Amino acid sequence: MELLIDGIKKAIDMILSGDREVFAITWLTLKVCLISILISTFIGLPLGIFLGLTRFKGRRILLLFINIGMGLPPVVAGLWITMLLWRSGPLGDLTLLYSPTAIVMAQILVSLPIVTSLTCTAFQQISEKMLLQIKALGATRMQTLIILIKQLKIAILAAIMAGFGRVIAEVGAAMMVGGNILGDTRILTTTIVMEVSKGNFDIALALSFILLSLALLITAALTFLQQRKRIS
Amino acid sequence: MLRKRYFTVLFALMLLVLSACGNTDTKDTAAAKEKKTAPKPAPTEMILATTTSTQDSGLLDVLVPMFEKENNVKVKTIAVGTGQALEMGTKGEADVLLVHAPAAEKEVVDAGNAINYKRVMYNDFILVGPKENPAGVSGDDIKAAFKKLADSKATFVSRGDDSGTHKKELGIWTAENIKPAGDWYVSTGQGMGQTLQVAAEKKGYVLTDRATWLAQEKNLDTLQIVVEGGKDLMNIYHVMQVNPEKHDKVNSKDAEKFVNFMIDSKTQDVIEEFGKKEYGQSLFFKYTE
Repeated sequence: MELLIDGIKKAIDMILSGDREVFAITWLTLKVCLISILISTFIGLPLGIFLGLTRFKGRRILLLFINIGMGLPPVVAGLWITMLLWRSGPLGDLTLLYSPTAIVMAQILVSLPIVTSLTCTAFQQISEKMLLQIKALGATRMQTLIILIKQLKIAILAAIMAGFGRVIAEVGAAMMVGGNILGDTRILTTTIVMEVSKGNFDIALALSFILLSLALLITAALTFLQQRKRIS
Repeated sequence: MLRKRYFTVLFALMLLVLSACGNTDTKDTAAAKEKKTAPKPAPTEMILATTTSTQDSGLLDVLVPMFEKENNVKVKTIAVGTGQALEMGTKGEADVLLVHAPAAEKEVVDAGNAINYKRVMYNDFILVGPKENPAGVSGDDIKAAFKKLADSKATFVSRGDDSGTHKKELGIWTAENIKPAGDWYVSTGQGMGQTLQVAAEKKGYVLTDRATWLAQEKNLDTLQIVVEGGKDLMNIYHVMQVNPEKHDKVNSKDAEKFVNFMIDSKTQDVIEEFGKKEYGQSLFFKYTE
């Protein structure tokens, strides 16, 4: 209990005192997570909409793989990306291993299936009648899409939030492909692992509160966006 | 109205991303400016694969910035077990190695995978156990202590991760012709710090390097040192560079500089001074050839 209170105190101290290292680590975490989830959204949303609204041969198989991807363990994603980026691997010439880009790649790999699959589920639930009605009112394809996206705002944002949750919580892959290098690829989750292995539980606890605050802030913003009452 | 809000939100998100990118841009231009004023080339990158003990004790946080400053190199330190570090070297995924398992290192050097093999420093292994000391081990003879532990089946916590410490532990078991197995033998597969914590919770015996023990002692109040000081317990660290002839992407220029840096007398003094203030004793001792 005492440790908990100490941890909170230390976290507040760290933030208020403007500890440059903590700030840099937090900023990198935010940057990496936001870029990952944005890319995942930009790819996963259209893909999910497409998979939800159309029917074609092989669609079920594709969906199966995406759904398996939802449970892809981050360490597996990390291992694959590591082998891909090794100097002796197929992308070795890019020297991306142990860089923030590598972390973003791994995080996209674990969050993209979540965003895609949840979006697809939402769009698949649209009733045929509604689609017909929209068509009957003379909407173009673009207009139909906009109406549907508006209708499914809640589900889409839930998909993005689920993806974000995966990304910010992720540590196994970030450790493997990032290497936890100070000032380069050290993010909050990997720092917590390191501080625990050093036995600095107070610092680890303080960092965990900073990480939670960060997650809370972003999720709150998204939830607010999701739950806002329609005015127009 | 609603659509307008979406645009605002989208716009805000875009701004966020742009600001994120923008920041790196300004950094780049700042770096570019610096380049113009001082003809300092961009730092080269070097991957150092090393053991968790050098990172967890904080030694590298002192040495690496020194080396980076002197040589305009960006060092990417990957702290893993000695076994993995040696494997990274063999595969050419690292440029320079700082490890502590002489027998395994010898194989890598003999196979021609590593060159410029130099002794750097030492500290010692210690056997740590519960304060009650149920197996009643003491003194400086680690082999006798291990035999006693196996006979009494006292809980023993092993790293089990192919690290230098793990290799050392296995070496002692082999020397005594004991195959450790059973309920009393716990293999964590984790780093030294975490393994010590497991030992503290399970009230087990554990072989550890002294540096990590000193750094973690404050959290381990159920444990104490039971065996120390024997000559079998010496823990020697070597530095070596990965053979550039075997892998064409290896940065051998900076790796060679790093090897020379580690055995430089100035660095050696820093190594021996390290930890004296905080722990009242050195964590590592100079030990060049």
